[in-house]
This record gives sequence, C-alpha cells and structure tokens, in this order.
Amino acid sequence: MPQRGPSAAPAPGPADRARAASVRGIAEELARMRGPLLPILHAVVAAHGYVHDDDIPVIAEVLNLSRADVLGVVSFYHDFRRTPPAAHRVALCRAEACQARGADATYAAATDRWAGSTEIELGEVFCLGNCALGPAGTLDGALHARLTPERLDTLTAEWDR
Amino acid sequence: MTATVWVPCDAAAVSVGADDVAHALTAAGATVRRNGSRGMLWLEPLVEVETPTGRIGFANVTPEQVGALLSGELHDTGQDVGVVDEHPWLARQHRVSFARVGVIEPTDLGAYREHGGLAGLERALALAPTDVVREVTDSGLRGRGGAGFPAGVKWETVRTAEADVKFVCCNADEGDSGTFADRMLIEGDPFTLIEGMTIAAVAVGATEGFVYLRSEYPHAIRTLRRAVDIAYAHGVLGASVLGSGHRFDLEVRVGAGAYICGEETSMLDSLEGRRGEVRAKPPIPALQGLFGRPTLVNNVLTLAAVPTVLADGGEAYAALGTGRSRGTQVFQLGGNVARGGIVEADFGISLRELVDDFGGGTASGRPVKAVQVGGPLGAYLPPAQFDLPMDYEAFAAANAMVGHGGVVVFDESMDAGAMARFAMEFCAKESCGKCTPCRVGSTRGVEVIDRIRAGTHREANLVLLDDLCTTMTKGSLCAMGGLTPMPVRSALEHWPEDFGAPATASAVARDIPMSATSTDGGARP
Ligand SMILES: Cc1cc2nc3c(=O)[nH]c(=O)nc-3n(C[C@H](O)[C@H](O)[C@H](O)COP(=O)(O)O)c2cc1C
Ligand code: SF4
Ligand code: FES
Repeated sequence: MPQRGPSAAPAPGPADRARAASVRGIAEELARMRGPLLPILHAVVAAHGYVHDDDIPVIAEVLNLSRADVLGVVSFYHDFRRTPPAAHRVALCRAEACQARGADATYAAATDRWAGSTEIELGEVFCLGNCALGPAGTLDGALHARLTPERLDTLTAEWDR
Repeated sequence: MTATVWVPCDAAAVSVGADDVAHALTAAGATVRRNGSRGMLWLEPLVEVETPTGRIGFANVTPEQVGALLSGELHDTGQDVGVVDEHPWLARQHRVSFARVGVIEPTDLGAYREHGGLAGLERALALAPTDVVREVTDSGLRGRGGAGFPAGVKWETVRTAEADVKFVCCNADEGDSGTFADRMLIEGDPFTLIEGMTIAAVAVGATEGFVYLRSEYPHAIRTLRRAVDIAYAHGVLGASVLGSGHRFDLEVRVGAGAYICGEETSMLDSLEGRRGEVRAKPPIPALQGLFGRPTLVNNVLTLAAVPTVLADGGEAYAALGTGRSRGTQVFQLGGNVARGGIVEADFGISLRELVDDFGGGTASGRPVKAVQVGGPLGAYLPPAQFDLPMDYEAFAAANAMVGHGGVVVFDESMDAGAMARFAMEFCAKESCGKCTPCRVGSTRGVEVIDRIRAGTHREANLVLLDDLCTTMTKGSLCAMGGLTPMPVRSALEHWPEDFGAPATASAVARDIPMSATSTDGGARP
C-alpha cells in the first residue's frame, strides 16, 4: 500500500485546515471516554475515509500522547488505513472455512481481474462470521455469501463500466 | 387480512438476500417482522408465515417469489419446511442459550421478558453476591471463549478483589474461522448478553462494562448498541439496575481488525487505546485487568449462559453434559458442509452426530476428509476420530480442542499440507510480535513446510519442523504461538501424503510428541 512520507506536505491549504479542525473536533469530543484512542481513530476513518499523517499530531496533542504512541496504534490495526479508499472495495475471506468452499479460486480470479486497478481495491480478510455460506466477502462493505468467481463477476458487473 | 411474515435480519441471512425479500414483502402489503436467524443457514432466507398452527417456514425465498409465497403457491413445494419449531433439525437440539434466537424480534424487550428474559437478573438481585457466584460455580459453567476455564473461579477472584472500580468485559472478538455463534446471539437476542453481563457485574461488584466487538460485525454492532440504549431506557442498565440501587454502565467498543485482540490481555490493551499486545501473566486480569483494575473477562457465550443458570439454578444447568463439561455448547457447523449453522446441544454429543446427522456431510457431495474443530489453532481430525465426544478433556486427550465450538468441514479435495502451511502463515500475519518463537517461528514454519513439500532435505526438515513446533508450544507467551503447532502437527500426523511424503513418513509424524503444554498451559488462557 503506498504511503505518504512524513511531512513532505506543502503549507496547509483551506482543505487541510478544515480537515485538521474536524479531526480536532472529533478527538476533543471523544477524549473524555475511557481509552478514547480507538474510538477516535474509528470516527476519523468514518468521517474522512482514512487516517492522514497530519491527523496524528492533532490527535496526539488532544490526548496528550506522543506522536509515536498514536502512530504505533494506527499502524498496529488493520482498520486504520492511511490512504484514501478506492471507489470500490472488495474484501474476500481467505480463512479456513471459506477455503473449504473454494475461496482460493475466488481470490485468484479477483486478483487476475483487479490487480493494478486504481478504481477497485482488493483486500483479504480472515473470517466474517459467515462460515457456513462461504466463500464470504464484502463488496463496498456489504456482506455477501457463496462468492464464486462467476458470482463476483455478476455482482460487480457495473463497476467496470 | 394482511399476512404477518418473519424475515431474519441476521447478517448471514442478509448476505443471501433477506433484506431484499423483506422489502418485497412490505411492498406486497405483508406485515414484516424481523427475527434473528434460527441457525439453519442453508435454508436462508428462511421466511416464516404466521398461521393458526404456527410459523410455517419457506426456504431460500427470493424477492421474485414473494407473490407466490403470499398467495400460498409455495405451500407443499420443496421450499415449504413446515412448522419451523417442529423442524427435525431444530427439534433434535437443546436450545438453552439460543432459546430465543430466531424466535423474537432481537430488540423487543417486551418479547424478551415474555420468553423468560430478565428472570435470572431478578433472582440475582434478590441474592447476595456470594450466592450468585455460587450458582455459577455449581453450574459447572466453563469459559466458552476457548480455554474452558471455570467461570465460578474467575468470578470469585474478581468478587473478592478490592478496588475503587471493577470492570466486566465481554470478549466478542470472535476471530476464529468457523465461528459465528457470538455474532448470531448478539444479532438475534442481544438482551441475553446484556442480562448476563449485568448479573456478572452485580455478582463481582463491577459498575462498568465493555463489550469488545469486532469491526467485521457491523450488523451486530448496530443491534447491540440499539439494545443497550433500550436497556438504559427501561432501567435494566444505568444508575439503578431494575431499581436495585446497583449501578451498571455498559458500552460497546469496536475492535479494529486484529485477530490477536481476542486474546484477553491484548483485548484489554486495545480497550485502553493501545496496540493490542499480549501482556505477561501474572498479574491475571481478574486482579489487574483493564486500567489496572480487577476485571472479569468472559466470552459472549459464557455470559449468555448465565441468565439461564440464575433463573433455573446452577444445579439444573450442571445436570446437562458429560464429565467436567457441563451444560450445553453452541456448535457452529461451517465450511464445506451441506447443512451448516447453529447446533446447540449438551456436551457429549459426538463429532459424527454433528458432521453427519446435523451437517449432512459435505456441500460438495464428496466424502469428508477432515474437520477442524476449535478455530485456526485447533486440530484437524479425520473421520476415524469422529466418535470423539464433545468434551474438553476428551478432546485434550486426543491432542485437539473444543475451543469456541466451531466445526469446519473439508471434503477430499483438501490439501492438509497447504492447511498446515496456512496455519503458520496466519500466525505470522496475526502475531502481536512480542515473543520470538511466535513472531519468527511462524515465518520459519512456512519455509520449512515449503521445503518438506518440495522434498528438499525432507527428513532433516521434518525434524526441524518438529523442533520448531516444540519451541513455539513451550516458548510462546500466549496460545497464538503456543497452539499454532496443533493444526500443523495434526495435519502431518493424519495426512503425511499431503506433505509430499511417501506413506512411511507417518512413522516420523507419529514420533512427534504432541504435548500441548505452553507456558500458560497450552489451552487458551
Ligand atoms: C490468539 C487468541 C485469540 C483468542 N480469541 C478469542 C475470541 O475471539 N473470543 C474469546 O472469547 N476468547 C478468545 N480467546 C481466549 C481469551 O484469551 C480468554 O480466554 C477468554 O476471552 C476468556 O473468557 P471465557 O473464560 O469466558 O472463555 C483467544 C485467545 C487467544 C490466545
Ligand atoms: S505468542 Fe505470538 S501473539 Fe502471543 S504474545 Fe507471543 S508474539 Fe504475541
Ligand atoms: S471463514 Fe470465511 S467467513 Fe468465516
């Protein structure tokens, strides 16, 4: 996953300032919780799609943590993505129960189809709790079952247009 | 008269179109109510039509069939499964913790009460905390999250600990492949979990609680948050639980996609807002857990059993089961299985009954080659071992584990060598990185298995793999590294031919000691 280098950023423009203010607002609102960092990061991803490098010092300041602490948490968890999401997101389960129902073939087909795409992002997950109806996966966040390569094609037919 | 129909809102049902069916039914003028899933997942979307003789089920309904469904044209077709409560697959089960799942609307507190809900909490509030804990001890209830640790012992430790504040944390991280019972209980009957946690809080003297729920379960998050709000609005939670004067505040926290956060100390670090790294024990969480305070950590299904234990008494629960495995277990049939879903049964049921009788063999119709029981850290078992009773000790004696009760079925196309490799790969991916045997050993494990399968210095590499497994088992801080050898060794033992082996290699595999004693006892702490 391509990541922006730290502070190669030019001087903040109005959009950056608006984002910083929004992130600060989120952090300040949730700071009173016990253990607020994960809820704050979830809220930032929900509002802005990802955690930008510039969000980290803002959150660190509000919580009185070091930037390294916040960065350490952001980088530990899969959910706190650091780049903007693509237009469409596919996440396929590759865990045992789905493997038993052919998840590898679906994943291979998806890789063939979308490798290198900037519009469609393919990821892997390990169990979505739909293990009796696999291969399971999510398409733009919505859970699907029995995802054979053909079914995946049908469900995403409109995306490639 | 408009028909009343029930359409599950469970995520698995939704994944095969239940929402679309519900919308179509509403558009066609039916009164649609949303239940959880009955757990007969191969029949979803299973639509139930209310009739004077009971709720009649129709399997695999599509939006296009809604007209036919309402006009009665689907009666007596293959999709008509009859009165759902009498369906043999359900009737053969013993639904205790899942008694209401699929029956009522998940967040209907009135229906919850009518179906026996809150009786356990009311009784607990009338008892002294020591007596509540005694009921749990008497019930023989053991942790359903994996390790099978006696719940009563843990509760008593927290109860007697002195502190300004104590916590109850529910582990709803359910990261194991092949497990979905936590999710289905939360989506289908969330008040049972809330009631169980509240009883636990009253018993151990906790005033705050958290449910750590994985982010992969958005439906469950929504349902549980709604149920918590309703519980507050009706005084089940808050400053005075059911008017008793006990305070209990409950919050739902969302995980962030890390398998290791299901390990309890890692979960606590995550709740504190840190990297989910495993803590060394002692101190045990019961004495120094969340924010250093005494904390009761239990799995969803452990806590969901508690209302029944209190309502009917510990002895009634202990009357079910076998050996030291008391009560019922909620098994989950998944993978390549014809009839997958939830089977709640008394402990002691055999693997064969689960896989063949309930599961109906494989979905592909090919012979069963193996099942993996207990998640990614559990053993692979061949049909020759299917007479094993579901019992913690019997499984441990067979170098396997019951774990969270997930049973994943594989047909003969399974490549056991590839699954062993995957176990190591998964460990490498999800290791928290704190200790070397797990962090480095798992990566080496992948390489060694690759060499064995390629036939490169095969004998020497088998010895190396054995060594590596022993090091991981004995030297890992938690069961992630400590139990990953279990699926690896079982695969090698039963299917040496899948490791590029001449059949004689089984002799080598048999020499491998399978003692599952890690520093924390091998089982999940
Ligand atoms: C790698 C790993 C993952 C675990 N995942 C879970 C989980 O998803 N849910 C769970 O309840 N317990 C999980 N456990 C077990 C917990 O550490 C702990 O034993 C359990 O939550 C205690 O509750 P119980 O006594 O009610 O089972 C896991 C343990 C390990 C080592
Ligand atoms: S065994 Fe693995 S997951 Fe467990 S503490 Fe060690 S490195 Fe972390
Ligand atoms: S293993 Fe794929 S959904 Fe559970």
